[in-house]
Amino acid sequence: MARTDVQLMLDVKAGDEQSFELLLRKYRTPLVNFLYRMVRDLAVAEDLAQEVFLRVYRARKEYAPSAKFTTWMFRIATNLALNSVRDNRYRRMEISMDHAVDAGDDDHPVMEVSDRTPSVEQQLVARSRSELILRAIHALPEKQRAAVLLHKYQELDYDEIARILECSESALKSLLFRAYETLRLELAPLVNSVGVSSDAR
Amino acid sequence: MRAEGNEAQMSDPERTTNYCAAMEAKLVEYLDGRAKPIERRAIEEHLAGCSACRNRAEDFRAVLGALDDLPMISPSPAFDASLRARIAAEPARRGLWGWLPSPRLAFAVTALVAMSIWMASMPRITTNDPAMSGVAGEADFRMIRDLPVLENYEVLSTFDALSELPAPPTAAVPGEVTNETRE
Repeated sequence: MARTDVQLMLDVKAGDEQSFELLLRKYRTPLVNFLYRMVRDLAVAEDLAQEVFLRVYRARKEYAPSAKFTTWMFRIATNLALNSVRDNRYRRMEISMDHAVDAGDDDHPVMEVSDRTPSVEQQLVARSRSELILRAIHALPEKQRAAVLLHKYQELDYDEIARILECSESALKSLLFRAYETLRLELAPLVNSVGVSSDAR
Repeated sequence: MRAEGNEAQMSDPERTTNYCAAMEAKLVEYLDGRAKPIERRAIEEHLAGCSACRNRAEDFRAVLGALDDLPMISPSPAFDASLRARIAAEPARRGLWGWLPSPRLAFAVTALVAMSIWMASMPRITTNDPAMSGVAGEADFRMIRDLPVLENYEVLSTFDALSELPAPPTAAVPGEVTNETRE
């Protein structure tokens, strides 16, 4: 009979390195995908996923099964991802402000932080279905993005997602509703419904 | 029964609008198939009579379906090896201070211990020791005696601060009756 995640973690706590290996094999792909869809940078996503496993490993001695293992692990992952997104946004803002000083100077053209005029090649890439979906997800506010990813791709229960995002279940349902409403508009070409044009827009 | 409910909803626009607002908290749960049977029935009745909510529900279903098209990516081959290297580096990094919660606390504890040892090694002068207190008293006396300012009478006589001192009480004149003598 397969051991549950909590049992595996308790075995890790007892010094069984092999159980940690099993947890790693089970969750590395979901974690990397979740983090990649949060930060949209594969190298950063892998680094953050390793950090999640490292924190789980570090905390093994103090581990107490007060919640589901996935709740605990994705809470660590979500916090790391949100911090990374916010840090990155702050860095980009700093770059943008530094270069704004040079506006109008021919020798120092203003850096294009946001992609307002994509090249033909970029337009072709953007046309692909998965790229369009990924862009739409990434355009969501951070908390809505995390809620959708945990709901749609990890298929966690509402109470688990609410715990991870530190909000009530009813707040989570509203968050999801607003996120899917935005995606409905952003993905209108894929959704192809009469309702989008007549009701929402 | 359901048909009656639909008619009631359609004949009561205010009630329908209220239910549209309530869909924000119910629609995703309904589409997930996690709504309770009684809720599900109420939502289905509302959707049958409200085209805006029905379109939204269809679109949400389509969005959820479209999200399935996002391909899964695999971690790079170096992922496991890199993680193992980071884990292997853990005990060495924590080392002797591994049991302490933070390097700051480790530094604070070290500083406290060093200060305690230094203070313990300092010689102490206690006033309870009569021999030591005699030596200290003599040293104090010598210091006061040798103060150069006391040797210079002119300095003292013109020292303004002394003139501001209150006058000393006059000595009792012999024969004068005072309270003390009266008692």
